[in-house]
Amino acid sequence: MGLIVAENITKVYSVVATKVSKNYMAGEIAIRALNEVSFEIDPASFVSFVGPSGSGKTTLLNLIGCLDKPTEGKLMVADTDVLHLDRKQSASFRGNNIGFIFQDFNLIPVLTVYENIEYPLLMVQNVPGDERKKRILTLLDAVGMIEQKDKYPDQISGGQKQRVAIARALVTNPKLVLADEPTANLDHKTAFLVLESMKKMRNEFQTTFIFSTHDQKIVGEAEIVYTLEDGELTGKQVKGGKKNG
Amino acid sequence: MGNLFKIAIRNLLRYKRRTLLTASLVTIGVVFVLLFISISGSFKNMMVGQMTDSMLGHLEVHRKGYLASIDNLPLNLNLKIQAYQKLEGILKQEPEVEAFSPRIKFGGMFSTFVETTNIRLNGVYPDQEFKTVPLLPSRVINGGGKSLEKGEIWIPELMSKSMKVNLGDTVVIIATNKDGSVNGKQFKVAGVLESITGPGGRDGYIHLEDAMEVLRMEEMEVSEVAIRLKDFGQLHAFSSKLEGLLSGEVNKQGKPIYEVHTWEKLSPFYNIARMIDLMAFFIKLMLIAVVLVSIMNVMIMAVYERIREIGTIAAIGTLPGKILSMFVLEGLFLGTMGALAGDLIGLIIILILNRVGITFDFGRETGLVLSATIAPSDVLMISAIVIFISVVASLQPAFKASRMEPIKALRHV
Repeated sequence: MGLIVAENITKVYSVVATKVSKNYMAGEIAIRALNEVSFEIDPASFVSFVGPSGSGKTTLLNLIGCLDKPTEGKLMVADTDVLHLDRKQSASFRGNNIGFIFQDFNLIPVLTVYENIEYPLLMVQNVPGDERKKRILTLLDAVGMIEQKDKYPDQISGGQKQRVAIARALVTNPKLVLADEPTANLDHKTAFLVLESMKKMRNEFQTTFIFSTHDQKIVGEAEIVYTLEDGELTGKQVKGGKKNG
Repeated sequence: MGNLFKIAIRNLLRYKRRTLLTASLVTIGVVFVLLFISISGSFKNMMVGQMTDSMLGHLEVHRKGYLASIDNLPLNLNLKIQAYQKLEGILKQEPEVEAFSPRIKFGGMFSTFVETTNIRLNGVYPDQEFKTVPLLPSRVINGGGKSLEKGEIWIPELMSKSMKVNLGDTVVIIATNKDGSVNGKQFKVAGVLESITGPGGRDGYIHLEDAMEVLRMEEMEVSEVAIRLKDFGQLHAFSSKLEGLLSGEVNKQGKPIYEVHTWEKLSPFYNIARMIDLMAFFIKLMLIAVVLVSIMNVMIMAVYERIREIGTIAAIGTLPGKILSMFVLEGLFLGTMGALAGDLIGLIIILILNRVGITFDFGRETGLVLSATIAPSDVLMISAIVIFISVVASLQPAFKASRMEPIKALRHV
């Protein structure tokens, strides 16, 4: 967890972003996708970044997920300054600290539900067999997919796929889970069920969940909502209506 | 590792038709190479066998300088009795030697009392000659072929036909010895030899003591000593060994007495054998090209189609080395499948060909039955080449996959 020390008080954070900026080149045009964004995210919180398309949500999640690096600023994720990680260290860091849930589920089509959840344990963390089985079955039960464990991704519905993706993201006991538009490809009913699953997992495993969305109807499910507009953080809303901007 | 294997196999099964087509291409390549190697190799071995087992022997020892003048059959370059006995003593002690045979080769006149023509003759000890070139008796197409007694002659088939000489006929051999003295001797035709292509393929045979008598030799001299080895595979090793053993034997001028030649230096067929080997080499190169292009093509496609998947597994922490292994394993399996199927089908076809029996003609010999065989080492080598090339062909696409930026891969549509 990131540490901030002030007036003899030490506070632990999952993510600490300090004036983080990200520039892209689109052809010959420079685009500033994020502009000096600063925020802190507490452990075990359920945070959403909202904003219209192009506001920088995905860019920010990619930076937190060590899939990309900030152009400027400092970014601490799970107590690690991710700016200085090389390619291999980034991969290793992601495998041990971060779970990903993708908009399109991104399950591996040649693996069953069970094997998809098993994949990061086998290929990334080398968890022993008994421990692996225990963790997978616990999560399959938690997301309600135990009956479908031997099915392949093309044999289950979109909502079920996302629940499998949640289980896969959590099976490595990550410190935080990043979900980029996790409900974008789901109908509202299924989207809420998936969000409920995510919340349940957060409560059970004390994992920080950070997700992005531009769907205002599901924003209410988040406990803390950050608003992004044109690459800048324009607001923070904490559950209960308190708004900082 | 087991999981990598599982994923690789399932990814191959995911595109069954493509996998089958690519593996089939490799299989067809392997089958053709195996068939070519087995048939051409068997043809080569049969021809080499014909050369060595019916005429030349595996290697020959001459007096130094004899081979350069062999067309003249020079009698003044024969090995003297002492030199022969020295060589005989060495050959009897070498465990690699199965048999050896001294020969006196000379040219003379062949007369039926009606017609006269030239003839090249070999004076041999029949027992030793038959052990050294065991196919020689089988070349006797007319006559006993079991023995060659003193006073008897085996003549080449063409001479028998052109001179109208039959078994039991009396002929005269007239020859000039090295001192220029002419002598003649009567012989009874005891066999007609089938002519074969190559040096000595149209020579006649008489007993060595008859040759000495015709040439008025007071003591034995030999033009060459043919040697048969127990293991033909030891040819070059033994040739070098024998050269080493004989290198110390020098004449009064301090020059070597002997020269050793393998059949390869004695027969023009060796160049054909080398051409066959060269063709086999190019066929193997073609197989390598087929495997390389087909596997690389399918792996490039596989990487391109799975960019988002690569992004996903990279994002969730799969190390680049494992992503690389995943794709290399796919190539490895494709190559292995193709090679194994090719080996199996190729061996079955070879078996069928041998059952059916392929015949071919070589020189004047017709209806030779080809026995297609392939050494296990050749099958293993072809399979190893295919599998190795499959891995090499997968490396570039696999490397590309492993170096892919997850963020870009995840954005791929």
